Amino acid sequence: MSSLGRRPGMAVNAPSTELPPLIKESGQREVFCGLTSIVWLHRRMPDAFFLVVGSRTCAHLIQSAAGVMIFAEPRFGTAILGERDLAGLADANEELDRLVAQLLARRPEIRTLFLVGSCPSEVIKLDLARAAERLGAQHRGRVTVLNYSGSGIETTFTQGEDGALQALIPLMPMAPAAQAAQQLLIAGTLADGVEDRLISLFGKLGITNVATLPPRRSTELPGVGPGTKLLVAQPFLSGTARALIDRGAQLIKAPYPLGVEGSRAWMAAAADAFGIAPAQVAAVLDPLVERGQRAIAPHRETLAGKRLFLLPDSQLEIPLARFLSRECGMELVEVGTPYLDRTLMAPELTLLPEGTQLSEGQHVENQLKRLEVQRPDLVVCGLGLANPLEAQGIATKWSIELVFSPIHGIDQAGDLAELFARPLRRRSSLSFT
Amino acid sequence: MELTLWTYEGPPHVGAMRIADSMEGVHYVLHAPQGDTYADLLFTMIERQQRRPPVTYTTFQARDLGGDTAELVKRSIADAVERFKPEALLVGESCTAELIQDQPGALAAGMDLGGIPMVNLELPAYSKKENWGAGETFYQLVRSLLKAQLPPPGTPKPGPGRWRSEGRRPQVNLLGPSRLGFRCRDDVREITQLLGRYGIDVAVAAPLGARPADLLRLPDADANVCLYPEVAASACSWLERSFGMPTVKTVPIGIGATVAFLRELHSAVGLELPADLVPDDDGLCGAESRSRMPWYARSVDSTYLSGKRVFIFGDGTHAIAAARIASKELGFKVVGLGSYSRELAREVRAAASELGLEALISDDYLAVETAMAEAAPELVLGTQMERHSAKRLGIPCAVISAPLHVQDVPARYSPVMGFEGANVIFDSWVHPLMMGLEEHLIGMFRHDFEFIDGHRSHLGESAPAGSDAAIAATAGSPVWTREGEAELAKIPFFVRPKVRRNTESFAQERGIGAITDEVLYEAKAHFSH
Ligand code: SF4
Ligand code: SF4
Repeated sequence: MSSLGRRPGMAVNAPSTELPPLIKESGQREVFCGLTSIVWLHRRMPDAFFLVVGSRTCAHLIQSAAGVMIFAEPRFGTAILGERDLAGLADANEELDRLVAQLLARRPEIRTLFLVGSCPSEVIKLDLARAAERLGAQHRGRVTVLNYSGSGIETTFTQGEDGALQALIPLMPMAPAAQAAQQLLIAGTLADGVEDRLISLFGKLGITNVATLPPRRSTELPGVGPGTKLLVAQPFLSGTARALIDRGAQLIKAPYPLGVEGSRAWMAAAADAFGIAPAQVAAVLDPLVERGQRAIAPHRETLAGKRLFLLPDSQLEIPLARFLSRECGMELVEVGTPYLDRTLMAPELTLLPEGTQLSEGQHVENQLKRLEVQRPDLVVCGLGLANPLEAQGIATKWSIELVFSPIHGIDQAGDLAELFARPLRRRSSLSFT
Repeated sequence: MELTLWTYEGPPHVGAMRIADSMEGVHYVLHAPQGDTYADLLFTMIERQQRRPPVTYTTFQARDLGGDTAELVKRSIADAVERFKPEALLVGESCTAELIQDQPGALAAGMDLGGIPMVNLELPAYSKKENWGAGETFYQLVRSLLKAQLPPPGTPKPGPGRWRSEGRRPQVNLLGPSRLGFRCRDDVREITQLLGRYGIDVAVAAPLGARPADLLRLPDADANVCLYPEVAASACSWLERSFGMPTVKTVPIGIGATVAFLRELHSAVGLELPADLVPDDDGLCGAESRSRMPWYARSVDSTYLSGKRVFIFGDGTHAIAAARIASKELGFKVVGLGSYSRELAREVRAAASELGLEALISDDYLAVETAMAEAAPELVLGTQMERHSAKRLGIPCAVISAPLHVQDVPARYSPVMGFEGANVIFDSWVHPLMMGLEEHLIGMFRHDFEFIDGHRSHLGESAPAGSDAAIAATAGSPVWTREGEAELAKIPFFVRPKVRRNTESFAQERGIGAITDEVLYEAKAHFSH
C-alpha cells in the first residue's frame, strides 16, 4: 500500500494497533445502491444532468432517497426501460437517442450528460459507453456525454460518486510536470461552503493552487499530471484515487477530514507534501484546533462513554468511528463498512482504538441480532432501520444525513459531534410522565 | 423507454410489499439487488412503522451472476422460513431479477417449506406499477389460500339471507385497506363502527391487520365491501365468481356516497332499509345528520365556497370521490379532474364527462402541473406531488390520495370514509381556503393602503411574490406599462397568471409592444368570446 504515495503524510503519531479479526459477512445487505449519489452530485454540478438508464425501481429509489421533491424539474431523471427495449437492444439505443434529444431540447443549460448504468441496463448488456460515444458525437459542441455505473449489483451508495468521478478523469487536461507538482487536487464532493473554507485555509498555509474534483461546473475540470498532489476528501473514492494515480498524481496519505484531529492531520499531510514547515501549519491550524475542541466539548459530555454501533452504509463509518471514539469518548461496539479498502483506510485504521471490531459486508439479520445482544446507546444506520430500532429504545443517526450535511473540516467538528449528540439528547429530553 | 423525473407509483413489487406489510404472519422473499432495499424506508419513515417490513431480499451482486443465483434464492427462502416462521410466504422478484430468470417462485415450489402456503408472484416490472402489483398480490394470495375451499362447480350461490338461517347478524368483509394507502387505518375503523350501528358485523378486514388464517374465513361473510378498488377489485370479483359473494362497489367517501353505500350494502345482504336511510321527499335522509358536513355546507359562511375552482388529481378512487363531493356537496366548481391510475381510467373519464370535463389520465407530473396552471384553480386536491406543484404556483392544496408523505399520516383519527370522514374532508379542504367572512372583509378592504396583496392567512405562508410574473416571463414578451400592471393587479390572483399570458399572446400576435390597461381589456374581451 505504501507504493501509492511517496511521503508518509501522517501527522498524527498514533500507535498502530492490532485490531481483532474482521467479521466478513455475506447475506442480505440493507444498503442503497450507487444511484443514490446522484442526489448530491447533481447539486454539486448544476450544469450536469444525470440520466439513469434503468427501471421504475431505480426512479423510485432516487425519489425515496431524495426524500423531498426539492426541485420541480430536477437535474436527474430515469429513462425507464419498457418491454420493447428489452426485446431489442437496437430499439433501446434508438429510444435512448430520442429521449436524450428530447431532454437536451428541454434543458438547454446542460453541458454534461451522465448516462448512469443500473442493474437492468447492465444485465441486458446495454452498452452505455458506446451510447455515450454515439450521443457525444450527435451533440458535439453542445454537451459532453459520459457514462458510469451506479447499479446495485456493482456499487453501494457512495460508490456512485466514485464512478461519476472516474468518468470525468479522462477529460481532465494533462498538466505539465512543472505545473502539476505545484497543484493540490482535492477529490470528493464537499459542501460548497466547507470547500471554500478549506481552500482559504490552504491558502494561509501557503498552498495557493488548489483544484477540486468534481468541480462546481462540470466543464471546468482541473488538470492533472505527474506530481499533482492528490488529497482525498471522502473515503469512498478508491477507483478515483487509482485513476488519478495512473495519471501521475501522488496520493497524500492522511486520515479523512472529519473531526478536529482528522481534519488537522489531513491538512497537515498536504502541507507536508508541499514542504511547508510544521511551525507554519501549527500557526495557522492550532487556533482552529483549540476552537474546534471547545465546540466539541459540550457534545462530548453527552457522547462520552456511550456505546456506538455503526451499520455498513455510507462508507464513512470508519472515519466517523475514529472521530467519535477519539474525540468524543464514545465506545465502539462494532464498526461496519460495506467494503474495506485497506489502502484508502490505512491511516484511519491505525487510529482506531485497540480492540475495535470491524465488520465488512453485511448479513443484516445476524448483525441486528448482535446489535440486540449488545444494546448500544446509538446506532448509525440507514433510513429503513432507524424507526424499528428507535421503537426498541435504541437511538439512531441516519447515515444519509451525513452525506448531505457540511461535516468536513476543523470548523465543522462541533456540528458533526452535535449530529450524534442530538438523538441522545432528544431521547433524554422527552418525558411522558 | 420513457423519461421519468418523479413518479406517482413505484414498481409492482412495492405493491406486493404493501400487502405483505399490511398483514401479520406473511413474509415476502424478494429476489432483488441491494439497492432495492430502499423500499423499507417507505414503510418505516412515511408510515412510521415500528418494525421492518417482512421482506427478505436476496441482494445478489454482479459476481453472483456468473455463479448460482438460484442457490442464493433457495438459501434466502429457507432462511426466511426458518427465521420468521411465516404462516404464508410470498416469493417474487424485482425488475433486475426478472431479467435473469431464476424463477424464484418455481424454485420455492420445489422446496420443502414445511407445508406453509406459498404464492408465486409474477409481477411484470416493465409494464406494470405499484397499485397493480398490490391488487394482483392480494388477489393471488386470496386465491391460493382459498383454493381448497372452492365449492364444486354447479353449487348454488348462498342466498343473501344466509345469516338469518344461520341465526347470526349479517357480516361482511372490508377489502382493500393497505399500508401506504390513503387514511386506510382510520377508514376501516370508521366503516366498522358505521356498520355496527346498522347491525352488520365485519368478518374480516384485509389485507390491513389480517393474518392468512383470516383470509381463510372470507367466504363466511355475506358480502365483500370493495373499499379500495385499486387493491381489492380483482379479489372481490374472483370471490364473487367463485363463492357467489356479492360485492358492494360504492366507495363510501362523501355523504351521498356513504348513504348510497349503506343502501347497496343493505340490499346485498338482504337487510331491510332502516328508516334513516329512506329518502324523504327532498331526497334527504336521516342518516346524513350524523355528519356536520351537510349543515356546514349549507350554513351562510359557506356561501363563499360557491363556485370555488378546484383541480383534482389522485388515484382513481379518491379522485372520483373528490369530484363528486366538490361539485355536489360543497358547491365548488371542478375545473380539472384526472388520475394516474390507468386501471380506473374509464371510471375517471366518466366522472369527468359528467362534469363537462375531459379527464387527464397521466403519470407525468409535469403534464399535471401544466394542466393545473392552465385551469387556474383556487384549490388543488391532489397527491403530495400536486402539493408541491401547487406550492410553486401559489395555490392552496389539500392531499386526498397516495402517494403520501409523512405528514399525510396524521396522529389523530382522520378517516375520509363515512360520516366522520365527511367532517374531516370539510375541514381539510376548506381550511386551506380563505374562509367566508374573512374573504369578504378582505375584498372590502383591498384598496386600503395597508392592504397587502396575497394575504391569505389560512395558508400559513404568504403568496409567493411575483409567482405569476415568473410563470409568464418569456423572452421577447411585450412590455407591461405601469397602468397595465396596475389593472392586472386588480384581477384575482388565481386567474392573474392566465390573464397575463393571454394578454401577452394577444399583444404579441398583434405586434403590440406595450401593454396598457386598454390592451388588457381588449385581450379580455377577445378571450371571453
Ligand atoms: S414539503 Fe411536505 S410534501 Fe413535500 S416532501 Fe416535504 S413533507 Fe413531503
Ligand atoms: S439496485 Fe439496481 S435496480 Fe435497484 S434501484 Fe439500484 S440500480 Fe436500480
